[in-house]
Amino acid sequence: MPADPRRAPHDWLDHDAGPVVRPYAMTQGRVAPAGTDFDLLAFVVATIPDGPLPPALQPEHHALVGAAWEPTSVVELASKLDLSIGVVRVLLGDLRSAGLISLYEPPAASQPHDVDVLKAVVNGLRAL
Amino acid sequence: MASVRSDRDGARSRIPVALKILIAGGFGAGKTTMVGSVSEIKPLQTEEILTGADGADDISGVEGKSTTTVTMDFGRITITDDLQLYLFGTPGQDRFWFLWDELSQGALGAVVLADTRRLADCFPSIDYFEQRGTPFVVAVNCFDERRFGGEAIGRALDLDPDVPVVEFDARNPAAARDVLIELVEYVARRQLSGAGRR
Repeated sequence: MPADPRRAPHDWLDHDAGPVVRPYAMTQGRVAPAGTDFDLLAFVVATIPDGPLPPALQPEHHALVGAAWEPTSVVELASKLDLSIGVVRVLLGDLRSAGLISLYEPPAASQPHDVDVLKAVVNGLRAL
Repeated sequence: MASVRSDRDGARSRIPVALKILIAGGFGAGKTTMVGSVSEIKPLQTEEILTGADGADDISGVEGKSTTTVTMDFGRITITDDLQLYLFGTPGQDRFWFLWDELSQGALGAVVLADTRRLADCFPSIDYFEQRGTPFVVAVNCFDERRFGGEAIGRALDLDPDVPVVEFDARNPAAARDVLIELVEYVARRQLSGAGRR
């Protein structure tokens, strides 16, 4: 709908009102990514494509690739682009299928945390 | 340890190790305050698909309401270039329990915030982490001057005597940071004594 300058802007159309487009419209209704799911703390890195980008990519796909130039966690991407985590997972699945991102899953949940890492965390927190 | 991996083309930064700490507790216990006092707070939209109780995708009659949106807060503390700490304020209401399972998977541990005026509000969080074997500390957010002592509160909550109980002010960044240190040291002690291995 083109904006009509004679009409007052909709003050209800703010952030609190929520998205105007239902979240999963962006994924054509898909609610799960192709392939395995993404951990919230999986890191995503955009890869340099071999050829031209697939034409079916949406603006949100491009935004994700742009935001993941440096290794970025899935949760951080969702927050940065203000997209819901479920939508981001589907879009990342598309990018993974297209070979446009590398994905690094966090260590298995069953694995105990390394004590040296824990010490580094304590020292780091003390230094804050 | 394979958790620090180098990028395959080596041209860009390495992949950091990310650790997850949950901040739980009843409504109004100070979860958002605590996340915000030690880190830059960021909103995260999550939503869950509502499915029928039998697991079938029967949404007849509720087509307009097939997902429920939840905004939760998280914060990131960068310890070093290779090490990041993520804090997640767990959604307080019972109907968002489904989010907890994913959040607690692989979590380093949890901080359960308690308010002595409404101590019972933190029972569900404590039960949850005890059942899952997730290490946690209880942090009593002191809204007023009264102090009860960690030991008395631990007894009132019927906690395992090893579980640290600290009193703090969630608005104070240094105090909130000390609670996180208490948790990480507790996790390290458990790991060294073998209690963390199951």
